[in-house]
Amino acid sequence: MQAVNYARATDVDDAVRLLIEGGENARVLAGGTDLIVQARERKRNVDLLVDVKHVEEFMVLEFDTNTGLKVGAATPLYQVYGDNNVKINYPAIVDASTVIGGKAIQGRASLGGNLGNSSPAGDSLPAMIVLGGVATLAGPNGRREVPVGEFFTGPGRNILETGELIVYISFPPVGAGEGAAWERFIPRNEMDIAVASAGAWVKIEGGSVTDARIALGAVAATPLVANDAAEALIGRPLTDESISAAGDAASEIASPITDMRGSIKQRKHLAKVLTERTIRMAADRIR
Amino acid sequence: MIPEPKVVNTIINGDSKQILVSERDSLLEALRDRIGMTGAKEGCNNGNCGACAVIMDGRLVNSCCVMAAEVEGAEIMTVEGLASRDELHPLQTEFLDNAALQCGICTPGFLMSSYALLQENPDPTEEEARFWLAGNLCRCTGYDKIIDSVLTVAKG
Ligand SMILES: Cc1cc2nc3c(=O)[nH]c(=O)nc-3n(C[C@H](O)[C@H](O)[C@H](O)COP(=O)(O)OP(=O)(O)OC[C@H]3O[C@@H](n4cnc5c(N)ncnc54)[C@H](O)[C@@H]3O)c2cc1C
Ligand code: FES
Ligand code: FES
Repeated sequence: MQAVNYARATDVDDAVRLLIEGGENARVLAGGTDLIVQARERKRNVDLLVDVKHVEEFMVLEFDTNTGLKVGAATPLYQVYGDNNVKINYPAIVDASTVIGGKAIQGRASLGGNLGNSSPAGDSLPAMIVLGGVATLAGPNGRREVPVGEFFTGPGRNILETGELIVYISFPPVGAGEGAAWERFIPRNEMDIAVASAGAWVKIEGGSVTDARIALGAVAATPLVANDAAEALIGRPLTDESISAAGDAASEIASPITDMRGSIKQRKHLAKVLTERTIRMAADRIR
Repeated sequence: MIPEPKVVNTIINGDSKQILVSERDSLLEALRDRIGMTGAKEGCNNGNCGACAVIMDGRLVNSCCVMAAEVEGAEIMTVEGLASRDELHPLQTEFLDNAALQCGICTPGFLMSSYALLQENPDPTEEEARFWLAGNLCRCTGYDKIIDSVLTVAKG
């Protein structure tokens, strides 16, 4: 391990102060399942770890039918997917967070860490995007709110400025006629990085889709918001044809690379298949 | 910049411990290299194999992915805490009787992971057990004997 110091933040302002004092190689430590490994393998220069897990605001899990869900940036995944309100109202979060690593990873890993790591293949990211997730950030100039879909700027890169961190992620309340789902493709059943993934959220009123969101993972330099795919659904009943059109639109905007996990052709195909599948799952989940 | 040595106060297998660590140590390094508790094994050192699994404040974690400094004030249970003074834990007995290990490097991790599974779900299905133990790798046994042992213990 490279030489690294550890500091435990006492509140949000203290965390911001520690990050600024620590300079460019100071990093927020949530579950450490990305960061500790990257620091050890020298994929990232780190000289200060700012542990935020002892600050309540980073560890919340609150649900209210009127205001929605608030998940602390460092709240461990097992708590998130183990929560009954999350299971009932936000099953797309459960779809993704139960397959991030194995049980020993989920005891520590967090949604904030998945966001902060900003991998295009981060499994919770398309799910958070389609659910309308908004990250509340704190920094030297105060707080701001950024939709998850606008957070990423490239592989491992995001809009966080020096000294800025994620405090929590909020999700709007679930209205009538709404459903969402997320799925990925991997060659085995668990413990692997997505070849491709998709999330879908639909709202169906009076037999017609009135709103939709589709997002894709691992098929571009960042998680993708697939507006064209959503447009293909909106304003008409959900049919095999409209679902297929959405799948085609998703495949169209996917701009994947070929690597050891999959080829461009396979990933474009998967973008269509997974988009279609998750749209159907989302519609089935409408209560 | 060389990190200062640091004293970490923790409870390991029920005993209070003060460990003198470097801030760059992982929990796995602190256990093995600072206090000679070599039960937890280093397999991959990157979170993938589960050989270093321990229980921290009631949750299964990979100790190679925890900084030693993080366990200040925490409670840790390692494989050394599984047996009572004169009796092996039923999981340990069953692993032995059923030959659920060969080289043994994965065994402490499988035992801790299986223990955590049975704490949370005392009567898992085979699929639940396989899914839970997916974070533990074994190069020798082919897994079936491990899964059988866990299910046998669960059935009592
Ligand atoms: C064996 C293994 C399997 C894995 N499998 C998967 C998988 O299937 N799918 C998947 O998506 N990921 C996987 N991961 C990666 C990792 O577990 C996830 O990305 C996880 O969500 C990271 O969360 P964390 O809390 O551990 O983050 P950390 O490692 O603590 O942090 C990750 C990054 O985000 C930054 N960060 C953390 N919190 C904040 C914050 N509040 N504000 C600003 N920046 C922050 C950190 O500085 C760091 O750069 C796996 C990792 C391992 C080791
Ligand atoms: S050594 Fe920790 S998971 Fe392999
Ligand atoms: S017994 Fe050798 S790795 Fe499992």
